[in-house]
Amino acid sequence: MIIKQVSIFVENETGRLYDLMQTLADEGVNLNAATIAETGEYGILRCIVQEPEKVVDILRAHNYSASLTEVIAVAIDNKPGGLNSVLKALAENDIAVKYIYSTIQDAKGEAAIMVKVSDSEKAVKILENAGVKLFSLADLA
Amino acid sequence: MIWNKEIECADRETIEAVQLIKLKKTVKHTYDNVKCYRDKMDEKGVKPEDIHSLEDIRKLPFITKEDIADNYPTGLFAVPMSDVVRVHSSSGTTGKPKIVGYTRNDIDAWGECVARGLAMAGADENDVVHVSYGYGLFTGGLGAHLGAETMGATAIPMSSGNTQKQLMFMKDLQSTVLCCTPSYALTLAEGLEKHGMTKDDLHLKSGLFGAEPWTQAMRDEIEKRLGIRAHDIYGLSEIMGPGVSTSCEYNEGMHIQEDYFYAEIIDPKTLEPVPDGEKGELVLTTLGKEGMPMIRYRTRDICYLMRDKCKCGRTTVRMSRVFGRSDDMLIIRGVNVFPSQVEVVIGEFDELTLNYKLIVGRENNTDTFQLQVEFAPGLAVEDIEFVENMRARVERALRDMLGIGCNVKFLNPGTLPRSEGKAVRIEDTRRL
Repeated sequence: MIIKQVSIFVENETGRLYDLMQTLADEGVNLNAATIAETGEYGILRCIVQEPEKVVDILRAHNYSASLTEVIAVAIDNKPGGLNSVLKALAENDIAVKYIYSTIQDAKGEAAIMVKVSDSEKAVKILENAGVKLFSLADLA
Repeated sequence: MIWNKEIECADRETIEAVQLIKLKKTVKHTYDNVKCYRDKMDEKGVKPEDIHSLEDIRKLPFITKEDIADNYPTGLFAVPMSDVVRVHSSSGTTGKPKIVGYTRNDIDAWGECVARGLAMAGADENDVVHVSYGYGLFTGGLGAHLGAETMGATAIPMSSGNTQKQLMFMKDLQSTVLCCTPSYALTLAEGLEKHGMTKDDLHLKSGLFGAEPWTQAMRDEIEKRLGIRAHDIYGLSEIMGPGVSTSCEYNEGMHIQEDYFYAEIIDPKTLEPVPDGEKGELVLTTLGKEGMPMIRYRTRDICYLMRDKCKCGRTTVRMSRVFGRSDDMLIIRGVNVFPSQVEVVIGEFDELTLNYKLIVGRENNTDTFQLQVEFAPGLAVEDIEFVENMRARVERALRDMLGIGCNVKFLNPGTLPRSEGKAVRIEDTRRL
C-alpha cells in the first residue's frame, strides 16, 4: 500500500529545524519516521505522520513550503541482507529506488523501511507477490 | 483622438524650431531670476546668449534634487509669489519636501499635457474621468483632474481610499476613464468581487496609470480584471506632475510632450549623452515653464528614447518605461543592474513571491551577487531535485536579463521582513 510522506523545505540556518519541530509539536503532530536530505543551503525534511494532508495544511498555514510524496513502507528481516530481498525484487522489475530511510521505532517489533521508488503502484504489486510485508500508515503510528 | 494634432504630429523641424525658441526663453528667464542657476551658469562660463541650437543645451549645467533641497522652500522659483497660483509638493526621500510653484500659464500648460494624455487613452469631452489619485500636495489627483477639465470631460474627484464608495460612483456615474496608481487599480478590481460586482457593472474603457513602477504582469491583470486598456502616464512634480509623457493605444513607449519638455538621456556616471535606444538617466528641461523652470533636471529615472514614428501618427519622441532609478543602480562585476530587472524575472515565476532581497558582497576581489527570494505560499516543494531545477531556471532567466550570473537562494514564504513602500531590498556589503 502506498503511504503519503510529507516533504518540508527548511532553510539551513541555526534554529530553523527547531522552529519547524516546535510548530509540529504545538500542533500535536507526531513523527513516525523522518529523515533530512540536505544541501549546504537548505534541507528537505521527509517525514511520516498520521493525517498527512492535514499536516500539510497546517505547515502551509505556518508559511512552510510542504508537499505530499508517495512512498511505501516495507517490513524487512532484521538480519544481514534483510533489505536486499526487497531491492532485488525492485531492480529485477526495473523500478528505481530514489531514497530509503527507516522509521523512528520498529513497527511492532519489525524493522520498517520507507522506500521512495520510481513507480509506487508497480512496486507494491511486485513486493506483495514476492511476499514482502508492507505497512499501512496506521501500522506506523 | 489626437488632442493637438498640429503639435503632436508635427514634423521634426517644426518641433525643434518650437523647442529652440522656448529653450532660449527659458534659459534667459531662469538666468535672470534664479540665483542658484545663474551661479551654476556663471561658474561654467556660459551665458543665455550662448544657446544657438538645441545641441547647445549640453553646455548648460544640471539641476539635481539636491539643488532643490538646498534652496528649500522657494529658492528655485523664478517669479514672485504673487504670480504663483498654486504650489504642490513631493516628499523628499530624505529631509525636506520639494516645493514646486505654478503660474497661471504653467497650470494651463499642465492641463494641455494631461488632456493630450487622456486623448491617447481614447477620451474626449463626452467621457467621465474617475480620478482616484490622491488630491492635495501630491500632483496626481489635481493633475489628472486638471486634464479632464481642460478636455471638457467630466472629472470625478474621488481621491484615493474607500473602495466601496469608489465602485459605487464608478457604476452610478458611469465612469469611463480611470486615473490612479496601478496598485490601486488592482485594489479596485479586487473590490469588485468583494462587493458583489463584476466588471460588466462598470462602463470603464481605459485607464491612465502611473506614479509608481509596475510590470507587464500587472498591466495584463488590470486590463483583464477591469476589462479596460491600460495606459502609462509619467511625470514628476519637479517638472510638472503627471502628463510629461503618456502611452498611446499602441503601448510602445510614452509620447513626451516635446513642446513643453526637452528630453535627454545621459550616462549617470560620465554625464555624457547616450545614443537613442540606449538606456540611461532621463534629463528633462521644461520649455516655457515660468514658476519653477527646470533646466537639465536629473530625474534619476532610467529609460531610453525612441524617435521612430509611432503607428498612432504622433511624431513626438517616446520614452520607454522606467527601468529603475539611477540611485538604485548597482554595478556588479562592471555591469549595471537594476532591482526592477530582477523583479521582472521574479514576476515570471508563479512559484515565487515578489518579496526578495539582493545581497552584493566581495570575495577574493570578485563581486558576489545573491538573490534571496521566497517561495509562493502553498507551493509544493517536493525534493532537492525540484528545488535545484527551480534554481537552474531562475538563475538562467536572471543571467538572460542581467547579463551576469546571480546565485539564487530560496526561502520559505514570510521569511524576509515585509515593509510598506520602499522595502530595503538591497544589501551591499562591499567596501570600495
